[in-house]
Amino acid sequence: MHPAFSVIFLTTLIGAGQGLLLALVTGQWYFVIGATPDQESGAFYAGGAAIAELLLVLGLVASFFHLANPQRAWRTATRWRTSWLSREVIVLPAVMGATFLYGVVHWFGWTPVLWTFGNQKSLDLSMAVGFAAAGAALALFLCTAMIYASVKFIREWASSWTVVNYTLMGLASGFTIAAAYASLAGSSLTEFFAGDALALTLAAMAARIFQLWRNTRLKCRSSMKTAIGVHHGQIRQISQGFLGGSYNTTEYRHGIGSEVVRGLVVLFLFLAFALPAALVAAGWATGEHPMLLLAALVQYVGLMVERWVFFAQGNHVQNMYYQRMA
Amino acid sequence: MAKKQLALVIDLNVCVGCHACVTSCKQWNTSGWSGPLPDQNPYDADPNGVFFNRVQTFECGTFPATETVHFPKSCLHCEEPPCVPVCPTGASYKREEDGIVLVDYDKCIGCKYCSWSCPYGAREFDPIAGVMKKCTLCVDRIYDTSLEPERRKPACVLACPAGARLFGDVNDPESEAARAIRENAGYQLMPEWGTSPANHYLPRRKTYMRLHEDELVRADNPLKFEADLPKPNFTAPSIDDMSSW
Ligand code: SF4
Ligand code: SF4
Repeated sequence: MHPAFSVIFLTTLIGAGQGLLLALVTGQWYFVIGATPDQESGAFYAGGAAIAELLLVLGLVASFFHLANPQRAWRTATRWRTSWLSREVIVLPAVMGATFLYGVVHWFGWTPVLWTFGNQKSLDLSMAVGFAAAGAALALFLCTAMIYASVKFIREWASSWTVVNYTLMGLASGFTIAAAYASLAGSSLTEFFAGDALALTLAAMAARIFQLWRNTRLKCRSSMKTAIGVHHGQIRQISQGFLGGSYNTTEYRHGIGSEVVRGLVVLFLFLAFALPAALVAAGWATGEHPMLLLAALVQYVGLMVERWVFFAQGNHVQNMYYQRMA
Repeated sequence: MAKKQLALVIDLNVCVGCHACVTSCKQWNTSGWSGPLPDQNPYDADPNGVFFNRVQTFECGTFPATETVHFPKSCLHCEEPPCVPVCPTGASYKREEDGIVLVDYDKCIGCKYCSWSCPYGAREFDPIAGVMKKCTLCVDRIYDTSLEPERRKPACVLACPAGARLFGDVNDPESEAARAIRENAGYQLMPEWGTSPANHYLPRRKTYMRLHEDELVRADNPLKFEADLPKPNFTAPSIDDMSSW
């Protein structure tokens, strides 16, 4: 498929925003359950939520560049019963709203206790809003990934590994950003975030490598026989019916040599996973924030390359009909 | 009776690959209700254009034992169209009354998601209007009562000089289209995806004729051999009264 930059930006930016939001909620939860003694200030969470909101907004802006008629974008919310794209369009603003609310609640320190459990732990408003926001963010990972995983005519995408990978990569980049932010803010949560970021980055790498391997072993359900319905073992296209280009020859292929794509795979494995993992580990050990900051930046660039490769490697069934120009 | 489903039946045994359906489709639709079908750089390097219908050519076998198959391809108006439920706006829809799959250009946002969900590559994006376009089965012709009844057919069907294209309700067993499918082993493309295309194709058929020896040699030839008849006299009368030579 032909990767669209708007969608690369959209999926990586909102993934990082959702991951960061989930990191903040996790950090707060660590305190609530008593894993860390000192709670962060409300301003810390509000600042983090502001960064997450910025990432989400940038992603939303990028998505509009993908639409040819963005003035009708409101209509996309109407078919949520059947379309994952429509569901994403509904859940994304919900996540943005919840993130905003989470930041506001923390900024103003609205923490009335809503519920006290038997073990003397209590649920306050900020934590409750955090849980709701986290749930929405996880739902958004599902919606975004299912847009691609539900296209059954692109076998590289049509698997639950797409959902796993979108979620893990979003979480990894979000936690790395959270670690960088916490270290800049001098927060005691830095170590938690760095440890989680390291684990998530390595998990994301493992899952992505598995998907790369899986994609080399795919079998197409269709063949030239069923495509034109002629029962012959040897069918080749002589003409696709036109000499110029068409939507079918531009949208469904990327036009980059397979050597280059293979190089990009190595590049993203290094930039999105290996290098950030090393940097996070170093930053974790030494407590130096430039390392963590660099890790977050490098990882984001790496994930953009990863997303490009993900789209480019999708091979659509319709390409069988467009093999030869003459 | 099953729901009405208008569709095309394309006889691959008859199609000669002349592209008359391609040009007539482009002409009718670019100037009509569903147009324009824009071309970009039509006279320059790297031209690119929108068509609802393409004729492709395939070759089966290895030379010299080959067979050429011309294969017209357009939206198949699937009975279970995977392109419709994925549309986030509802711009893509399948008509209840006749099963035609259409795009409402006033609702489409141009996200292209529907085209990814068509295994046949039948949808083509119009980059000028920013909306998705595809074969409409000439919905603006087939119900036009200002046309004579026999002209109320898709432009491609009327244009085909070989008569390779039939149009009708494939769910009505009495229709010409349904009968052609039934009697000539009509089939659907890529049945493995469960899309149940409404358009059908009729397969290539080999026509054989068995001739027996006695059909080649005149059994009633009294001389038992073939030869020119004796030349008549120059003045002998002939059938046209001119000359017997
Ligand atoms: S051929 Fe493609 S565009 Fe037409 S109805 Fe079937 S899936 Fe949809
Ligand atoms: S391109 Fe238009 S018709 Fe296709 S899915 Fe998007 S909004 Fe629907």
